Amino acid sequence: MSNNNKIEINAISDENPLDYKTLNEVIHRALSQGKTKIVLNNVCGQRFIGASLQGNIELIINGLPGNDLGIFMDGPRIVVNGNCEDQAGNTMNDGTIIIHGDCGDVIGLSARGGKIYVKKDVGYRVGIHIKEYEHKHPVLIIGGTAKDFLGEYMAGGIIIVLGLKINDDGSVEESNHPICGNELGTGIHRGKILLRTDENLEENLGIGAKLFEITESELKQIDPLLDEYCDAFSIPRELIDRKPFKVVKPISKRPFGGNYCGQIV
Amino acid sequence: MKWKDYTCLPPQFRDQRVFDGCGISGLLNVDGERISGQKVVDMLCILSERENGLGAGYAGYGIYPKYKDYYALHFLFDHQQCKDRVMEYLERGGYIIHSEAIPTKIPAHVDFPPITWRVFYEPRKMKSISPNEEVVQMVMEINSKFEGAFVMSSGKNMGVFKGNGWSHEIAEFYNLKEYKGYMWLAHSRFPTNTPGWWGGAHPFNLLGTSVVHNGEITSYGTNMRYLESFGYKCTLKTDTEVIAYLFDLLIRKHKIPLSIATTALAPPLFSEIEQMEHKYQYVLKNLRATYRSAMLNGPFSIVVGISDPIPTMIGLSDRKKLRPLVAGISEDENTIYLSSEEASFRRLMLDSINGFKFKEIWHPKSGTAVIARVGDGLLKKGLEKPFENVNLSIMGGATI
Amino acid sequence: MSSLTHKIPSYFKVKIDQDLCKKCKRCTTHCSYGVLSFNGEKIVSDDDKCVACNRCVAMCPGKAIRIIENDSYLPPHGNYTRRIRNIIWRQSGDGGVLLSATGNDRPIRVIFDDLLLDACQVTNPSIDPLRETIETKIFFGRKPQKLEFNYNIETPDDISLKTDFSPNFEIDMPIMIGHMSLGSISYNAVMAIYQAVKELNILAGSGEGGLHKDFYEYGPNIITEIASGRFGVDINYLQNAAGIEIKIGQGAKPGHGGHLPGEKVNSLISQTRMIPKGSDALSPYPHHDIYSIEDLAQLIAALKEATRYKVPIGVKIAAVHNSAPIAVGIARGGADFISIDGFRGGTGAAPRIIRDHAGIPIELAIAAVDERLRQENLRDQITLVAGGSVRYSADLIKAIALGADVCMVGMPVLIAMGCRVCQQCFRGLCSWGIATQQEYLVRRLDIDVARNRIINLFHSWNEELKEVLGAMGIDSVESLRSNRDRLRYIGPNPRIAEILGVKHAGE
Repeated sequence: MSNNNKIEINAISDENPLDYKTLNEVIHRALSQGKTKIVLNNVCGQRFIGASLQGNIELIINGLPGNDLGIFMDGPRIVVNGNCEDQAGNTMNDGTIIIHGDCGDVIGLSARGGKIYVKKDVGYRVGIHIKEYEHKHPVLIIGGTAKDFLGEYMAGGIIIVLGLKINDDGSVEESNHPICGNELGTGIHRGKILLRTDENLEENLGIGAKLFEITESELKQIDPLLDEYCDAFSIPRELIDRKPFKVVKPISKRPFGGNYCGQIV
Repeated sequence: MKWKDYTCLPPQFRDQRVFDGCGISGLLNVDGERISGQKVVDMLCILSERENGLGAGYAGYGIYPKYKDYYALHFLFDHQQCKDRVMEYLERGGYIIHSEAIPTKIPAHVDFPPITWRVFYEPRKMKSISPNEEVVQMVMEINSKFEGAFVMSSGKNMGVFKGNGWSHEIAEFYNLKEYKGYMWLAHSRFPTNTPGWWGGAHPFNLLGTSVVHNGEITSYGTNMRYLESFGYKCTLKTDTEVIAYLFDLLIRKHKIPLSIATTALAPPLFSEIEQMEHKYQYVLKNLRATYRSAMLNGPFSIVVGISDPIPTMIGLSDRKKLRPLVAGISEDENTIYLSSEEASFRRLMLDSINGFKFKEIWHPKSGTAVIARVGDGLLKKGLEKPFENVNLSIMGGATI
Repeated sequence: MSSLTHKIPSYFKVKIDQDLCKKCKRCTTHCSYGVLSFNGEKIVSDDDKCVACNRCVAMCPGKAIRIIENDSYLPPHGNYTRRIRNIIWRQSGDGGVLLSATGNDRPIRVIFDDLLLDACQVTNPSIDPLRETIETKIFFGRKPQKLEFNYNIETPDDISLKTDFSPNFEIDMPIMIGHMSLGSISYNAVMAIYQAVKELNILAGSGEGGLHKDFYEYGPNIITEIASGRFGVDINYLQNAAGIEIKIGQGAKPGHGGHLPGEKVNSLISQTRMIPKGSDALSPYPHHDIYSIEDLAQLIAALKEATRYKVPIGVKIAAVHNSAPIAVGIARGGADFISIDGFRGGTGAAPRIIRDHAGIPIELAIAAVDERLRQENLRDQITLVAGGSVRYSADLIKAIALGADVCMVGMPVLIAMGCRVCQQCFRGLCSWGIATQQEYLVRRLDIDVARNRIINLFHSWNEELKEVLGAMGIDSVESLRSNRDRLRYIGPNPRIAEILGVKHAGE
């Protein structure tokens, strides 16, 4: 990518953060001028950055992006140098979001494709209702730990939680938080959640979810993803292999099929 | 004349809408020369077939040059106590510059005539609202909450004179020929279902806006609920009140150019709009969409007087032309006339004192405003196509 | 253990006149519920399975079939009606949440039926709709509170319009076909609806099912729906629509999600919803990015950003007890239109307990929402869409007079296409090819015929609307909206009239 295609945008004007409408308008203007790499500095909670963008574009965000980062996004790559608020990757179709920090709740809501890599911990209801379609399989990899309702309603794709503590100086250690909260994978009817842990998770499982040992083919499947993840955050791959993965998968494609009955009354 | 029901409807008729047919007239002197009220009385009284003795009224503009900087409040009171309460209320909110009875000729046999009163008033200055808004709120308050009191008008250098009787009786009662104004509106009534009350006669007024109206607004409920969301209280249950408030909202509050505002009230049909060039379509469709609840539906013709910032007289009929409106201009082009019937103009020509000729008499198009104002004369004849002779530009962006 | 299922009398009996029967067996192929069969000698029926869909009756060339109510006697009880007993027997037999379809079928008094319309006599003239123009066009979207112009009082003919406008689109009738997804109804039914709305220049909702590629050309007349499952939502789905509606709730099942069973997710549905074949399509109960009003505002803003402010964004809620303050919050949250679905609103599948017992009548909801929006001076800026059993033009007219801009219509469209209201939509066996995904059944619905029937239906509604407007002396539907003055109440409960802001007849 040549420098001609790169632009830096300051999200602050006269010491005041731009409102999201203005900031996004500036981004759209840059894109319409053919810029493909956009660096946003001093971002401070502005929402909807990258909303519905398409194509081969890169956004580098220095600061804290607000809710709905990359909502409806279809292709671009977003790198956040820092933490991120709620609902990043909401209903994303394709693309990559890399977050060098913590993330809030409901990350990847209903995403149909693309990848979200988080360096540190995430909040509640992460990966809720992510789904697969044809060649699209959304991937969420969380370096740290997650909270309750991880992968609720999950209808496809992969969620991987590593349970590490990746420090800002590049050092990595095992996290001392629980790998996830309760209601794990509740209502899951497709896809899988892989958790790198030796905790007994039986009590954490939600309705419709079941624990399995990881299979060879699954290990093979996640191998390139983990390589990519380690590459993104410059951490040594061998650390990850020190602990085994547990896999959460659906009991059935129709978890609530038996709850209803039809008749004439 | 009916010597009762001055400030409100009799109890059994309250909360009922008033329907009536009417005669309306108006005139405006372009040079701002003040003419006796007798002229508009003559114009109106010839239309006696359009009234049944249950209400008439007049509005004169330019009648109080001595107090022209103050709000001239015209009142009807049932009793002295009602008047005292209102005076006390007024003193709390501002300064009574001058206060006096409106001179009337009360027949000897009448035991309980109304107290007709006028006050020249200046509201106390407030930071939060303008003096106009302050007066509007006081008028709304008095008319809705003060029993036995009614504000007939509240503009500057103008006043409304009205009551329950034939048009000639009301003119004599207030001795209108003694007043001189540069603009006059007049109205006589033919109410169908209620006995009429003094305050319920036309013109309806708020600040400098007065309306006389012939017809029945079938969109009353829509217009009323729209106005209520902007804080107007439609207490009088008549269409005309609603029209007066719509003019106040569009012109004073929203600051819409007069010719656009009248178009909003009686807009062209979509089928006509779609024949126009794109710019006009854009403006008219947005105008109709934005002011869809302000559109007046049903038969009407109205004459409206506005005092600010330039005294202006407007004539408008509904877009299906279900009520009559005729316009005329004097031979010397210094007076513009509007009336329900051409007979009003003929009446003036017969009169040996006022006797003169008209340069032109014409019938304005439906839904198209006649606009005349002091200093400029006839701005719109009411025969124009929408935006004819208007230099219209658009600054906004989006499309419709 | 022997079967838990109760042996109870069937609702219907299929009577076959053996003298008229030609034994052509046509009825046996047309019955999709497995009622009719040929035993080698004659046509016989298994009445327990009959839903009275009337397909066999219509298809029998000899007119030999009649479906009658089963008069087999149950001990009478005024409180434990047959219906209540049946519910208990079914539940104790099957042990599940009972499903139902269409709308609430309890015989609850319809407020629309208690309202009468005004007409002109003497004091103003009525208008003849056959000879004079009566306008039924409306603008769908957000309007500014006022227009701003630059002009100088001295030169009144130099005028410049300053106001920027939100996207609005014009429709020729105040009618929108409610959201029915591909999945709840068939491809042919959806195609007929979209072709009809394009021809009529009105709107149809996509339902939460995405938009099949065949339907993209109808995008300018489709309001696409964002529901909690986000099925089929991608940037094309958002940007190619006339409007986008965030579905919070539905009148038939307020507070409930959606559930398209895996067996209905064939390749067509899979492509449209962008989900794998055979998987359940579950719409979560809430949107998991909306837990409060400011979150809703966030999704509205996100959709506006995503569509670069070119598409009106609305929100649909079920009519519930607090609809009025909720609607105000939605309007403040930036929605361009608000849709309210009354408790009689239709569905392809909903738990019977919710369909029959949750929500409030649309008439009261319109009145309350319209009133509250006015108090907050928001009413005229937004478009208010109301539905939930607008059955025919009379309901449409009364709903507008109470305060709706546009009415959503669902069941009448299905009935126009041939639906007999057997209430079995959730079973996917619709013998008329409407609420089914089975190819051999879908083929029964001729798209051209269905489309033209819908066009006829709404054409006649619009003509009837004009007739009423003309009788009221109104020449534009916009002067009917919220004109409650032109309604009178004749029902038994004056409190209803009070809430509606309508006088009693005679007042």
